[in-house]
Amino acid sequence: MDFSFSEEQTLLRNTIESFLQDNYGFDVRKAIIKSEEGMSNKNWQQIAELGLLGVPFSEADGGLDFGPVETMIVAEEFGKGLVVEPYIQTVVTCGGFLRRASEEQRQEHLPKIISGEEIWAFAYAEPQGRFNLSDIKVSASKKSSSLGRILSNDVYILNGNKCVVSAAPWAQKLIVTARTSGEQAEKEGISLFVVDKSAPGVSTRDYKTVDGSMASEVLFENVTLNSNSLIGEEGKAYPLIELVADETIAALCAEAIGAMSVLNDATVEYCKTRKQFGQPIGKFQVLQHRMVDMFMQYEQSVSMTYMVNLKLDESETERTKAASGAKVQICNASKFIGQNAVQLHGGMGMTDELNVGHYFKRLAMIETQFGNADHHLKKYSSVS
Amino acid sequence: MDLDFTQADHDFRMEVREFISNNFSQANASGQNIEKYHEVTSDQMKEGILDWHKTLYKKGWLAPHWPTEHGGIDWSVTQRYIWDQECANAGTTPLIPFGLTMLGPVIIAFGNDRQKDWVLKGILSGDDWWCQGYSEPGAGSDLASLRTKAEKVGDHYVVNGHKVWTTLAQYADWMFCLVRTSSEGKPQQGISFLLIDMNTPGIDVKPIITVDGGHEVNEVFLEDVKVPIENLVGEENMGWTIAKFLLGNERTGIAGVARSKKAINKLKEIANSEFNDGRPLIEDSSFNRKISELEVDLMALEYTELRTLAKESKGEGPGAESSILKIKGTEIQQKISELTLEAVGNYASPYLTPLSVRSYGSNYPEVGPDYSQGAAQNYFGMRKTSIYGGSNEIQRNIIAKMVLGL
Repeated sequence: MDFSFSEEQTLLRNTIESFLQDNYGFDVRKAIIKSEEGMSNKNWQQIAELGLLGVPFSEADGGLDFGPVETMIVAEEFGKGLVVEPYIQTVVTCGGFLRRASEEQRQEHLPKIISGEEIWAFAYAEPQGRFNLSDIKVSASKKSSSLGRILSNDVYILNGNKCVVSAAPWAQKLIVTARTSGEQAEKEGISLFVVDKSAPGVSTRDYKTVDGSMASEVLFENVTLNSNSLIGEEGKAYPLIELVADETIAALCAEAIGAMSVLNDATVEYCKTRKQFGQPIGKFQVLQHRMVDMFMQYEQSVSMTYMVNLKLDESETERTKAASGAKVQICNASKFIGQNAVQLHGGMGMTDELNVGHYFKRLAMIETQFGNADHHLKKYSSVS
Repeated sequence: MDLDFTQADHDFRMEVREFISNNFSQANASGQNIEKYHEVTSDQMKEGILDWHKTLYKKGWLAPHWPTEHGGIDWSVTQRYIWDQECANAGTTPLIPFGLTMLGPVIIAFGNDRQKDWVLKGILSGDDWWCQGYSEPGAGSDLASLRTKAEKVGDHYVVNGHKVWTTLAQYADWMFCLVRTSSEGKPQQGISFLLIDMNTPGIDVKPIITVDGGHEVNEVFLEDVKVPIENLVGEENMGWTIAKFLLGNERTGIAGVARSKKAINKLKEIANSEFNDGRPLIEDSSFNRKISELEVDLMALEYTELRTLAKESKGEGPGAESSILKIKGTEIQQKISELTLEAVGNYASPYLTPLSVRSYGSNYPEVGPDYSQGAAQNYFGMRKTSIYGGSNEIQRNIIAKMVLGL
C-alpha cells in the first residue's frame, strides 16, 4: 500500500502546471469561453504535443501506456485550471471504449485522438433516462429491404435523440449507446456505435453550458451505420458502459478536487486580507470553522479520489462501491465548498469578474455529470 | 501509488488472525464489550481489560507504534492497518491508551534513562495502570489555565489541587499530571509534567456517574501530596510542550475505522431484524439512506487515515491534519450509536443498569431483544467523544491555526 507519486508522475504534474501557467490564465480562459468556438484549438494541439492525449493508451496503440493515477493527475491539474477543452470526454470516456475495441477500430481511430486531430463525445443520456445508463430509447435496427427481409447482418439504422451531449459541438465523432433489442430500461440489448457526426441523418443543436463548456442535443434520423461502427458484441455493451462510466467518474472526481483546492486556497487568502470590524474576517471563529469544514471536505474527497482511481481494476461490485461512494463524497463536497466559497467572498463571490463563481459553476455541473449524490447513494446501497 | 497487499501482508494477516482466535477469549474480556457491559463488576472489568493486554505483552505485540528498542515492533503501515482490522473484526478488548498511546511516547521523547526504564516496563507489563491528570473544573478546553499547584519543598514537590474527568482513575496505580510550577509569564509557561503515585497520602478519588449510568470518569482531589523531584518529566515549566505532544499522539488511532465498520455491520443486522410496515427496517428507504451515507463517510475516513499513516511512516507527522481523524472519527461513531438507537425502536427505552453501579431501578432479567441492550446507554455515552481529547471545536481551532494559518 502506497500513496506517494513516482518521480515520473510528479514530472507529469509539473509539466501540466507550467503549461497551464503559461497558456491558461483566468483571462485567457474567459476569452476562450466567450468565443464562438468555445474552446481553443491551439490549446488542444499543445495538449496533444505534450503527449497528454495519449496518456491511457497502450504503446502499441501509440499512447504513453499510463494508468488511472496519471489520468487522475491530468484531470486534477485541468480542474485547477478550469480547462474547458474536452479531455475527459475524448480521452477518458470515448478513449476508454476505444482502447477496448477491435484491433481494426483502434488502428483507425486512436491515432487521430492521440494526435489531436479528432475530438470525440459520448452520447448516452436521453431526456427520459436521467442518470440511468440503461434507459435507452435510441434504436439501432438491422437494415431490412422494402419486403421486410433482412439484407445484411451488420448494417444498422440509427434513430432517436440524445440530450446534453458534452463536447459534441466540437466533436467529429460520437460514441452512441443504442438499443438493438430488449425493453426500454433493460440492461440486455444495448450496443455501442461509433457515429460520424457528419453522416447523413445526424443533426445537432449546439449550445453553451453554464460552466463554460458546450453541449448538443443530437438527433439521429435513419442514420446508416456500417459494420465497423459496432464496438464489442451486439447487445452486450452494458458492462463496458458501466466500467467506462466508473472510469469517467474517477476522472471527474480528480477534476473536482483540483477545483476545490483552488476555491479553498482562494477563500482562506481572501479571509486573511478582507477587513471588517477593524480586523481580517479570518479572525472570526465562525468563519474559521467553516473553512476547516471546507478543508475536511476537501481532504475526504482527495482520499476518495485516490481510492477510486486505485480500485478501477477490481471486481465489478468493488469498483461500483468505490465509484459510487467517491461520487457521493465529491458531490457533497462540491456543493459545500462551492457554496461556502461564494458565501465567504461575500458580494465579490457573486461576480462574474472573480474566478470563484466560475469554479462554483463547474463544481455544480460535476455534481450532476454521470449521476448526482442521490443516484450514487442508491447505487452504493444496492451493492453494499 | 497502489492499494496492493503483498504475499507477506497476506501471510501476516493469517498469522495475526490465527493468533487472535487462539488467544483472545470473549469470556475473559467482557469489560469493554457493550453487550456484556451490565453483567460485569468493576473489578472484573479491570481484569478483563488487562487480560488481553497481558496476552499481547507476552507475544510482544502490545506497542507496535513504539521504537523497537523500547519494546515496539517495526510493523509497516500496512501491517498496523491489518492488525487493527483483525482486532476489530474479532471484537478484541480495546487497549487502555493512557500508558501505551499517551505516556509511553512522552517518556520515550522527554524522559530520562531511569524513567524510560521503570515507566515503560510498568506500562508494558500491565503492572502500572496510568490515568491522565489534565482537566480541572476551571480548565477544560482552556487547559493552560490549570491551577493545581506544585511547590518544591526540599527533594519533593507538594501538590495541591483538583483534577476532573479522570478516566478510570479508580483502577489507576499512577497518574501523569499537569501542575502549575510557576505563575510568571503566559499561563503555558508555568506548567510541569509530574508522575504521581496514586497511593500517596492526600489523594482522594471520587466517582462521577455519567448519563449512560456508567462509572468511567472521576474527580481526583490532591491535598499536600508529596511527589519526589525525580518524578518530573523533562524540565520544570516545559509541561505545555509535553502536553501538546501527548495530545497530538492521542489523536492518531482515534479514527476507529475498523471498529466503526464492525459497528455498522451490527447496525445493519439489527435493521434486518426490526420490522417497519411489515418489511425489514433496512428496506425502508429513509433508514437505508442514512446507513449508506454513514458508510460512504466512513470509507472516506478510512482512506484519509491510510494517507495519514503513510505520511507518518515516512516520518512526516502526525501533523495537525490528524485533527480531521478525531473530528470525523468521533462524528461517525456518534452517528452509528444514534442510528442504532433509532433502529431498536421502542426497546431503546428499558433502562439497563450496569452492575458496577447498580443501586436503584434495575431491570433484570433484561427487557427486549439482545441487540437492543445498552443501545440507548451507548448513544448517551458516545456524546463524550466529541468533548474529550480536545473538543471537536478545539480541533477545528487547531486546523484553522496550524494548517490554514488563520
